[in-house]
Amino acid sequence: MPANDGLSTLSDYLFVAAVLSYALAMLAYAADAAWGRRVETQSVAAVEPARVLVGAGASGSDLVTPQPPLTSTAEEAPSHVANLAIALTIIGWLVHAGALATRGFAEERLPFGNMFEFASAGALAVSSAYLVLLTRQKARWLGVAVMFTVVVMLGLAGTVLYTSAGPLVPALHSYWLSIHVTAAIISSGVLTVGSLAAVLYLVRLRYDANVVAGRTPGLSRIARLTPEPEVLDRTAYRVLAFAFPLWTFAVVAGAIWAESAWGRYWGWDPKETWAFITWVIYAGYLHARSTAGWRGKRAAWVAVIGYLAFLFNFFGVNIAIVGLHSYAGI
Amino acid sequence: MRTALILLFLLALASIPGSVIPQRNLNPLRVQRYFDAHKDLAPVLDRFSLFNVFSAPWFAAIYLLLFLSLAGCVIPRSWQHAKAMRARPPAPPRRLDRLPQTATWQTGLERDAAYAELRTALRRKRFRVDVHGTALAAEKGYLRETGNLVFHLALLLILIGVALGSLYGYKATRLVIDGKGFANTVGSYDSWKPGRYVKTSSLAPFTIQMDRFEASYIDSGPKAGQAETFVAHVRYRSQPGSSWHTDDIRVNHPLTFGTTKVYLVGHGYAPRFTVRDDDGQVVFQGPVPFLPTDGNFGSTGVIKVPDARPKQLGFSGFFLPTAVPSAQGFVSIFPGAKNPAVVLLGYRGDLGLDSGRPQSVYALDDRRLDKVATAALGVGDTMVMPGGKGSITFTGIDQWASFQVTYDPGKRLVLIATVVMIVGLLLSLRVRRRRVWVRADRDEAGRTVIEAGGLGRSDSGAFVDEFADLIAQLKEVTPPPAATTKE
Repeated sequence: MPANDGLSTLSDYLFVAAVLSYALAMLAYAADAAWGRRVETQSVAAVEPARVLVGAGASGSDLVTPQPPLTSTAEEAPSHVANLAIALTIIGWLVHAGALATRGFAEERLPFGNMFEFASAGALAVSSAYLVLLTRQKARWLGVAVMFTVVVMLGLAGTVLYTSAGPLVPALHSYWLSIHVTAAIISSGVLTVGSLAAVLYLVRLRYDANVVAGRTPGLSRIARLTPEPEVLDRTAYRVLAFAFPLWTFAVVAGAIWAESAWGRYWGWDPKETWAFITWVIYAGYLHARSTAGWRGKRAAWVAVIGYLAFLFNFFGVNIAIVGLHSYAGI
Repeated sequence: MRTALILLFLLALASIPGSVIPQRNLNPLRVQRYFDAHKDLAPVLDRFSLFNVFSAPWFAAIYLLLFLSLAGCVIPRSWQHAKAMRARPPAPPRRLDRLPQTATWQTGLERDAAYAELRTALRRKRFRVDVHGTALAAEKGYLRETGNLVFHLALLLILIGVALGSLYGYKATRLVIDGKGFANTVGSYDSWKPGRYVKTSSLAPFTIQMDRFEASYIDSGPKAGQAETFVAHVRYRSQPGSSWHTDDIRVNHPLTFGTTKVYLVGHGYAPRFTVRDDDGQVVFQGPVPFLPTDGNFGSTGVIKVPDARPKQLGFSGFFLPTAVPSAQGFVSIFPGAKNPAVVLLGYRGDLGLDSGRPQSVYALDDRRLDKVATAALGVGDTMVMPGGKGSITFTGIDQWASFQVTYDPGKRLVLIATVVMIVGLLLSLRVRRRRVWVRADRDEAGRTVIEAGGLGRSDSGAFVDEFADLIAQLKEVTPPPAATTKE
């Protein structure tokens, strides 16, 4: 028997425990958002008049709008619920990492060999990216959305995509598996967090528009406790600008592997095509953010469409389209 | 920029049909099936090159326009940037306190001494510093624009590398049975796809001999039948007359001759047969490659025996590596050869090889053949044709491997350009352009007052912290006046 049964069963239990912990964390974030004290944010008016035109620069326009800092100046201590939410996230992360590690040990290889493992590792990358973001800025407002996504990913992985532990098909016998797939997983985690910020930004804009127009905000109410829209937009940009080179590297590593496995570095296999489409759309997002008339809302929509392309590449291409990236069940 | 943006979205949109509609270069068989299933639609799609999206003229138009707009933007910007790199940091605004980041403090130093200290401190922080009248102007982060330009120029280089590969490179395939081999010449290939400027006389002159192909599969458990290893054990020499070497060609492990690479891309079974004609003469002996039709290597193939007398013989067969009986006849339940069997149909008549019509080696032209016999054979079994007129014996099994030989002279350029592209991308996204101005003046009391302002020109909040750190360091080198002045 190639896979160690005891370890892989333990891995399955840990997997379930991780889902539970994340789900509880999601509830705690939701409770914090609903009943926790509202985070004090700098008023937009305070920074508005400081628009300045600076000297004759060497290139381009020097009109700069000063931006509110990513971390509110009037910080207050997080509530008990908020602390609990973060603690549950960390516990979920640890157990989840344990689930992947035991599966890897059971199979004596990196646990990135099929859709189930990739989805689980991708979800771990999402929660890792969120935790890293938390250390750099106040981003608890992303908590509900991130945990919701992680739970859905793991739910899909555990039900629709589940495959039992086992060895790899020969096409995957390569150290490029670790390089290409690890890069793809990390970048997908970061892309997910950035895109969620972009979605929240759009929801917040809708909420603000509703409030200004005197309408009752419908579903957009979920964004009422987020920081001001500029902070959401810039968080999305920061995270996506970090994800884009990673995604580029993942695609390039895939091309190098394809060169040694299939005899060409690029062949427009459906997976490659959609990786390219995703890349082009996010490149469009980075450009849109510095193109007049595209900043803000439109750019955020581009990011959301890019994420849809990414999702389609991950699920749609493997399930709906015949290509070279089909292996191991799905 | 707006044009580039639109073209980027067009490029993404134009790629979609290439992943949804079957493509000729990826899967010609599925294209054929699509034609059969959609008799009216397929020719229309074909007219718009939708079965060859990535070599379609309209696809090329989009990316060439994109690269044109890229060049039209990047080349003037490179020129501008080259000038900016040599230019002085821009003059300070009249009122530093209007800048997004500001600081003011007093120092005990004389004004000129303060200037000198500030200048050294800014230089130490790798700012480019210039004196503008009564103020210091400092700027850093030029690498951002450099990276941005390098990224876009590298994209142009990648395009050139791809073009080189498709004009001067070639791709060829060859099926090889255990014990056979081939030389790298156009004539020895089953398929040959050269670029426009390939000289057939200048192919790398290597020869490859395959001793044995070996495949192993998982025997039991839920993943039974999944392949574990594929290995082609080969001997090769890089040119006629040089010595032979041995090596294994595996998936992910091609054999390399300079820039030319030999890949293992497929494999299958080649059952061996001996065919005798009516007189008992051996008229055919050897392995015949069968093409797999399912995951358990149920494979189809034909044996053509033009030398049989008085009439030619032909056989079409279905090979099963692990045969078990089922309601519909035999099926193969495992890809390894555990219980090999072949189901044969025997024909007599005219194979049509002299008719002038081209024929596939994997199909019989049964227009002038009569079906005379059918049988399922295990290894060693013989099927005798009716009336004792000829026989066929299934004597054993060999395996075959198919190799792809690729020569792509643009590959190295593409790789280098890609590495440069990623470096440029990282610089353009991580480096921030920022400016700092410092002015030292005497107030009415004759004390030196320093005023500083900063401007982060790139999209990031990190400049706020960086400016605070910088001011702290500037304050250190220009310490406040001694305690006496505090009164």
